[in-house]
Amino acid sequence: MAEINFLELNTLTVALLFLVGFIGGMVSGFIGSGGAFVLTPAMMSLGAPAIVAVASNMAHKFPKALVGSIKRAKYGQVDVKLGVIMGIFAEVGVFVGKGVMTDIRVKFGDTGTDLYVSVVFIVVLAIVGGFVLRDAWRSRHDDTDSLAEHKTPRLARWVQSINIPGTMVSFRALNNKKVSVLFIAPLGFATGMLAASIAVGGFIGVPAMIYVLGVPALMASATELVVAFVMGMGGSLFYAWDGFVDIRLSLIILAGSLFGVQLGAIGTTYVKDYMVKMIMGSIMIIVLFSRFFKLPVYLSDMQIIATISATTANLLSNISFATLALALLFGAASILFALFTGINKDKKERAVLAASQAAELERERKEKAALAVALADA
Amino acid sequence: MRRIAERHINETTKPAKEISRAARYAWITGVGSASLYMLLFAYSDLILRMAKATLHGDKGLFFVPILIAFAFSFVHGAFTGHFWEALGLKPKQRKQA
Repeated sequence: MAEINFLELNTLTVALLFLVGFIGGMVSGFIGSGGAFVLTPAMMSLGAPAIVAVASNMAHKFPKALVGSIKRAKYGQVDVKLGVIMGIFAEVGVFVGKGVMTDIRVKFGDTGTDLYVSVVFIVVLAIVGGFVLRDAWRSRHDDTDSLAEHKTPRLARWVQSINIPGTMVSFRALNNKKVSVLFIAPLGFATGMLAASIAVGGFIGVPAMIYVLGVPALMASATELVVAFVMGMGGSLFYAWDGFVDIRLSLIILAGSLFGVQLGAIGTTYVKDYMVKMIMGSIMIIVLFSRFFKLPVYLSDMQIIATISATTANLLSNISFATLALALLFGAASILFALFTGINKDKKERAVLAASQAAELERERKEKAALAVALADA
Repeated sequence: MRRIAERHINETTKPAKEISRAARYAWITGVGSASLYMLLFAYSDLILRMAKATLHGDKGLFFVPILIAFAFSFVHGAFTGHFWEALGLKPKQRKQA
């Protein structure tokens, strides 16, 4: 086996990894996934070999997903059974996805893989991201505040109405309605395939749970953390077997991301269901644009279009990475805004409640005093 | 009336009590987390040697990074949860809860 050069750690590297981990963690805690699409390229640009970056990212993802899912389970947002079933099929998807990536690399080289990843990104994010954003925009005046009031989409109503004997399982996320595992299998598989290709399986897993199965958005993003844990645990064992996991890197990112994941999870308790869709859809569309900037570079490398200069290629690559970072920062800023707006609103409501209680107390005191005076007069 | 007054007092003093309890837990788990990170940096060479040995075919300790990740996720995860709570960042109490 060829020697692997693990990354030399210094204060700047540690601080950068901690910060990106924190922001990525916050987005994951809120929408169920995210961070990986910036972390892997960030680690590579710091000097970690691609395989070590992918493996170490995965080894930080499963403990983060574990902590996030435990936190959100306390808020009653997680369906463990659905998460584990989807996670098992996602694991199969990861292994098939890795195989596809390896085949493409053998046939077309690294640029071929990059082009494949970019096309998958653009197609999936344009369709799913556009749909999620449109739905979020339409339901922005929907005052749904509890999971029980969730409106089941038409496709999900059809899926829930199909009865295939021997494959039906009831799920808490669907108010104990039964759905065939045969519908869950392809969704889990696609999540894993996407996770192996673009490192963000949740971009398909969460919308699939919402629109195909009928899970409320808040619950889907929380259950995705269970899927990410199952998938990440299997993947980490696979990479650890080959010795590619640099656990020091993973744990530095984890140090930041666990602060973030807790904050993102707390944020979900202050927002309405459509807000999860709105932030997720927006991140997906920004990420899509980042791939657009990179596409000419890959097409030029593969000589599908006229060769572009090294300066232009470098500029496009930098714009692409900056757009990825923007997607993550946008997500984090939106979550913080939603969190602090929610906390302030909650504080005001509590203050009004306390004031009305104090007024009630004062009124009763006055009534008692008046009664005492009346009794004394009598 | 007394009941109303007690409820009012509980409502106004409960968060402060909860925050001080969270701060105490944050300190305890924070010390635990910091100790784990100090150990990680003190033994980082040994950890790297283990990864390289696994890479070269000695699979006896391949699961060690996974165990380390679990240990950190529980201790550091508990710390970060209490940390935000101690700063007053707590989940919203839902009306139906």
